[in-house]
This record gives sequence, C-alpha cells and structure tokens, in this order.
Amino acid sequence: MIPEIGHFALIITLAIAIVQAIFPILGVSLNKPQWVALARPTARAQFLFVSISFACLLYAFVTSDFSVKLVANNSHTQMPLIYKVSSLWGNHEGSLLLWSLILAGWGLAVSIFSRSIPPVMLARVMSVMGMVAIGFLLFLIVTSNPFERLPFPPVEGRTLNPLLQDFGLAVHPPMLYMGYVGFSVAFSFAIAAMLGGKLDAAWARWARPWTNIAWIFLTGGITLGSWWAYYELGWGGWWFWDPVENSSLLPWIAGTALVHSLAVTEKRAAFKSWTVLLAILAFSLSLLGTFLVRSGVLTSVHSFAADPERGLFILIFLGVVIGGSLTLYAARAPKLQSTGRFDLVSREVGLLVNNVTLAILTLTVLLGTLYPLIIDALGSGKISVGPPYFNNISIPLGTVLFLSMGVGLFLRWKKDSPERLMKKLLLPANLAIIIAIFAPMFFGKEFSWRVSLGLLLASWVALTALIWFAAQGRSLFVKPLSAWGAMLGHVGMAVAVTGITLTSMYSTEKDVRLELNSSYEVAGYAFKFIKMEDRKGENFTATRATVDISKEGKSFITLYPEKRNYGPGTMPMTEAGIDPGFFRDLFIALGEPLGKDAWSFRIYHKPFVRWIWLGGILIALGGLLAAFDGRYRRTRKVFLKEKANRQTSNKGAAA
Amino acid sequence: MKKTHLIPLVVFTLLALLLYRGLSLNSRNIPSPFIGKPAPAFDLPRLYQKDQRISVESMKGKVWVMNVFASWCVSCRAEHVVLTNFIRNHKVPTVGLNYKDYGTEDYGEEVLSWLAQLGNPYSAIAVDTEGRTGIDYGVYGVPESFVIDKKGIIRYKFTGPVDQKAVIETLVPLILKLREEPA
Repeated sequence: MIPEIGHFALIITLAIAIVQAIFPILGVSLNKPQWVALARPTARAQFLFVSISFACLLYAFVTSDFSVKLVANNSHTQMPLIYKVSSLWGNHEGSLLLWSLILAGWGLAVSIFSRSIPPVMLARVMSVMGMVAIGFLLFLIVTSNPFERLPFPPVEGRTLNPLLQDFGLAVHPPMLYMGYVGFSVAFSFAIAAMLGGKLDAAWARWARPWTNIAWIFLTGGITLGSWWAYYELGWGGWWFWDPVENSSLLPWIAGTALVHSLAVTEKRAAFKSWTVLLAILAFSLSLLGTFLVRSGVLTSVHSFAADPERGLFILIFLGVVIGGSLTLYAARAPKLQSTGRFDLVSREVGLLVNNVTLAILTLTVLLGTLYPLIIDALGSGKISVGPPYFNNISIPLGTVLFLSMGVGLFLRWKKDSPERLMKKLLLPANLAIIIAIFAPMFFGKEFSWRVSLGLLLASWVALTALIWFAAQGRSLFVKPLSAWGAMLGHVGMAVAVTGITLTSMYSTEKDVRLELNSSYEVAGYAFKFIKMEDRKGENFTATRATVDISKEGKSFITLYPEKRNYGPGTMPMTEAGIDPGFFRDLFIALGEPLGKDAWSFRIYHKPFVRWIWLGGILIALGGLLAAFDGRYRRTRKVFLKEKANRQTSNKGAAA
Repeated sequence: MKKTHLIPLVVFTLLALLLYRGLSLNSRNIPSPFIGKPAPAFDLPRLYQKDQRISVESMKGKVWVMNVFASWCVSCRAEHVVLTNFIRNHKVPTVGLNYKDYGTEDYGEEVLSWLAQLGNPYSAIAVDTEGRTGIDYGVYGVPESFVIDKKGIIRYKFTGPVDQKAVIETLVPLILKLREEPA
C-alpha cells in the first residue's frame, strides 16, 4: 500500500508542477494577479507531495520491503540502517527521486526567502523551475518508476554495491545534487530576467546568494567524493579524471566563473549577457553530467545504470531546456547593453581574465571528456583520453588563472593605475618567489620545476589574499563577511594547490612482501607486520592485518588494513589503514597472500595530502560566509521600505 | 554583433547531435562487427621480454581471451580483481593488450608498477604503443575483452569493466563450450 501512495504522490507532484509551470508565467502576460499568486503555493505543494513520495520509498527501504523491485535489487536486511537509507540513492531511480526532492526543496526555499522579489519576477522564476521539475518527474514516472512491484518478492535482497557502503558515499550524492540542482535557481532567475527583458543589477543581486549556496554544496560534494576515493578505493589516488568526476567538475568550474561574474553584473552592470550565458552554462553542464552518467554513453566505473532508452529521454530533455534557453538568449542578448564602462586596468578586466580562463578550462575538460565519443562518432578509431591530457592542460591554464587571482583582488573597479597596483603587488610577488625557491629545499629532494611552480602560485594566491584582507573593513578585526568569503575562497584554493603539488611530486609508494614479524621502512617510518586474523562485520567477513608503525624505534600507532568480503557475487573490498596527519598521511593497504605467513602490502607516505580536502573545506566555508553577507539583507530591507512607500502612495491601484 | 549570440546555440546543437550519435553507437550489447570473424592479426613486442614477440598465430589451438588495458584506465583497476580470479580459477590463457600506455615507447615505468601493485594475471602482455592493434580490434574504450576460439575466430566481446555477473553468466559457460569444439 505504502509504495502505491508514493507512486500516486509522485503523479500528483507532476500535476502540481504542470500548474506551476504554466499559470504564474501566463498570469504575468495575461495580467491575471490570481494566476501570478499561484507561484508560491504551487512550489510549496510540489515540495509537500514529492516529500510524501520520497518518504514512502524511504519507508520501503528501511523496512526492507522486497516486494518493491528497487529495494530487492539494492538493499539487504543485514545492512546497517544508514546504508539501508543511502541505498535509496545508490541507484538510478532512487537518485532521480532525490533529484526531484531537492529541486522542489530549492523551490520551497526560494518561495520562502523571496520577500524582496517583485511578484512578477517570482512568478517567472517559479514557472521556469516548474518546467525543469516537469522534465525530471516525467523521466521518473515514464522511464524509471522507483515504486515498481515484483510479483514474487524474494526473501532476501541483492545487497548494495559494497563500494557504496560507506559513510562518505552515503552523504556524497545528496551534497552533489544540492549543488547541481541549486544551479537551477540561478538558471531560472536568468531565464526569468530574459523573459522580462530587464536584465539589470537586481536579478544578479537576487541570484547571487542562491548561486553561492549551490556552489558551496558542489564544492563540498566534490571534496567529499575525492576523499572517499582516497580512503575507500585503496590505491591512494584522489582524482582520476574519470568521465563522471569530470561531469561534477564541469558545473563547478562554470559555477566558479558565474559566482565571480555575478559580482560584476551586480556592482557594475557590466558583463550582462555573459553572466546570463554562464548561468545557463552552469545548469546545462549539471544536466549534461546527469546525461553522461545515466546514459552510459561514456564508460566509467560510476555508471551503474546504462540504458540507451533513458539516455534518449534525457537527451530530448537537454535539447528542450538548453536549446530553448540558448534560443531565448540569442533573441534577447543583443538588447542587453552593458552600461558600465571600464579601462584596460580595472577589476572588470581582472574578472574578465578569470572568466575567460575558467571558460576555456570548462571547454577543454568537456572536450577531453567527450573526445572518445567525438572520435567514435567521426568513425576514426576509438580512443580513451587519459589523465595525461588533463594534466597537460590544467598546468598552463591553472597558471594563468592563479596569477590573475592574485592581481584581481587589488584591482579597483572601473579604472586603476598600473603604478599603484605594482606597488601593492611587489611584496607578495617577492615573498612568493622566495618561497618557491627555498621551500622545496626543505623537503631535501631534487629540484623540480613543477614543485616550484605549484608553490609559487599557491603562495602568491594566499599572500595576496591575506594582504588584501588585512586592508579591508573598518579596522583590523572587523571585516565584512564578503571579505572573509573572498579571502577564505582564495586561501582555500592555495591550500589545495599546495596539497596537490606536494602529494603528486613527493609521495612514496612501495609494494612489499612482508612476512609475519618482519618490517619495512618507508620515509623514515618502520612498518611491522604483527598478525593476521579473520573478523566478522555486520554484513561482511574480513581478513585483517595488524601493522605496527614506529619512528626512530618508538612505536606510535597500530593500523589495521583489511580485505572485506560482502558475500558471493561481489568484489572483495580493500579497507586501507590510514594514519592521517596535517603534514603527511601514512597509508597501508593489504594485498594478496603470498604463501605461508607472507602477504603483499602497499605502503604509501603521502605528504600534505590532507591539504587538498582542507582547501576544499575552506573554499566552501568562504562561499558560505559570502552568501550571508549583510548586504543582501540590507538591500531587502531597503527594498521593503521602498515597497511600503509605494504601496501607501498608490493605495487601491494594486488590487 | 547579433550573430555572435547565436554561437552558444550552434555549439550546443552540434553537441546534441554528437550525443545522439553516441547513444546509437554505444550500448554494450550491440555485437561487435568482428564477432565471427578471424581475430585481426598482430605481432607485437612483449612487455617483460622486450626481444620476444606475441601474435595471434602463436595462440592458435587454445581458447583464449584478449584483454585491452592501460595503467591510466580507472575502470581497468575496477575489473582487475574479477579478471584475475576468472583467469586463475578457470585457467584461461589471457593476453593483455597494453593500450597506449605512458612511456611504453621505452617500456615505461607506469604499467610495470601498476602490475606490480595489482598483480599480473596475464600469460603474455603485448605492448600496443600507438594503439594500432586497438584500432584493428575496434576498441571503443578501455577496458575491453575478446574471447577467441581455437581457430582464431572472435566469438565474444565485452566492453567495459568485467563484472562477476558477466563472468558467471557469460564468460565461463562460453569458455567451457568453446573448449569442447574441435581445433
């Protein structure tokens, strides 16, 4: 019964979304205030009903109702509760339902925090969001019904892929989706503004906090995914340029450009059409990512449901959403005159460099991701593009980007003098060069230009951000939240780059054969193999090694790398033993048995690897602070005051 | 000025056409045009024995598998355990085609350390530096696996990482059947 209620609620959600998509926007053009007023209630009702549907599916998962096909295929009675819950989105149908829930959640949030937005604008925004929702709900109901029943329910379910039975992965998809779907808000604002024909600074101010929040989630989601890959996949890597990883990175890069470009549009009324294009791009890339993951067009470890029929549906949806919005853009953009004028040396130009570099980076990563497909479609052989391509392009583009990041903060709007700028930049530039030359010596390894370049860029970005930050605000201790945001964002990036540089260049990796009670030394740490035992987990059996690590004869930690078996038909999982540290990680993974009492082990010493994720966290934190800058609330108050004034003067006319 | 605003739409249209074509091209189930045909001949140097060569000819009379892999390929790592167990449990002679790996011009380090880490289940590894042999076999992406019978005819192709289900339901029964066939 419950699954049927869920299914029914989903259909009602679709009906509500249709109303939401049609009436408010029509109400604007037909001048029917009652229809316009439907925007808020429909958005809220949509959220209510999709939540009911989601709750029903969740209930089926938690109670292990194997008469529901999805539950039987992805769950198991022996799984811990958290994975019973997370297996809801560890599959195609469930993850789409989560998509829809989150989309409706964003709609609800916009409907609540929109007091400063004129009803006409809100009506258009809500209608566009309704249209996006229709696409996803139709996709769910027509091609991927999560509530499908089995005529003969099995006694036990097929378990969730053991790789996904992990806390990181339980949280990673919802975060990523919050980001993906969050860009639909900026997208809807952009479309609504174009439909209204008025792309002034106002839409940018409204869209900015939403874009920031979506971008924070995406940053967090990507960071979490990378961290998960590091400790769960057991080979010490943290980024693989896998098509699915790329499809989460693409909207992030476009979103980063959007976050910066919105600033120019809001403050200087420049880059108007470009910002709109970026808003379309960021959301389009989120949709494209979904397409790539779900259609199985590209081979990837992530694609768990490859189905060409579904692919066709998403492609049509992509065509309607992206094609439609770009057509609208082609029609409306020529009328958008950017009023703000600026000189060659100005913050506008700095942000332009930032935007152009990020756009080129987006396109090159996109090209690399789709390259196998392009070659295939042209019929000239079949090729996979590996990490070498991405590493080669990201070094030069990253260099340009990071150099401009440092300059950009100091630039003044409109017009700046090169002399003034030079004076400001002299100190951080010199310090960065000194660090780049001397810091690598500290590691006592041979000189590598990559390390120097990485450290040069990282210290440049961090120093400029800190020096800039010190001069912001009224005093040394009171700073506006947006300044905190910018500083943390930039410093976070620098921290991540430091981590990436040092880990990639200075990691040590050894494959060794260890017998019981023998030991091996890596980077000054002695790893001693103490014992081997079998243990039983909640839903797996494991072979666990005990390895004692000592430095200079003093034992300081014991790690337990293990291999887990989740039953027949599943791959054995490697659970690495990791000793995390601020300056280095020690990582040991259990390999194969090599005869009596001997096993193969993989041992890593990874300097500064934590900094990669620490950087991600700082960046997300920066975005969070910027989104809550007092400015947005202040403008709302000013706006409300103006509105109140207007209403008292035009009493009666409003009805 | 107005035409420039059409560029995004044009780019997207091209992309959509490409993706559409990708949809019809792809599908792991579409049989390779090579099935039922003799395995394209190759004669490539071996990874660990640089002076020796491996060819289709030398595998004649055996039911064998050719697995296309590379150290840069993430999916290859994913399939490696499954593949290794399959090869060991069923004693399937398997040639690894090391496809366009880093630095294979000089028999580079990457693939050697990759195999040292994960184990080497292959009976021989052919080094396909330029990817010519890969193209001859119509390799769509890495990894891919081909089942070749005693007469040197390709009987089955698996695109993407081999999973346990494919091993149990398809590969093992097929190998057992092919072993019954006369050489």
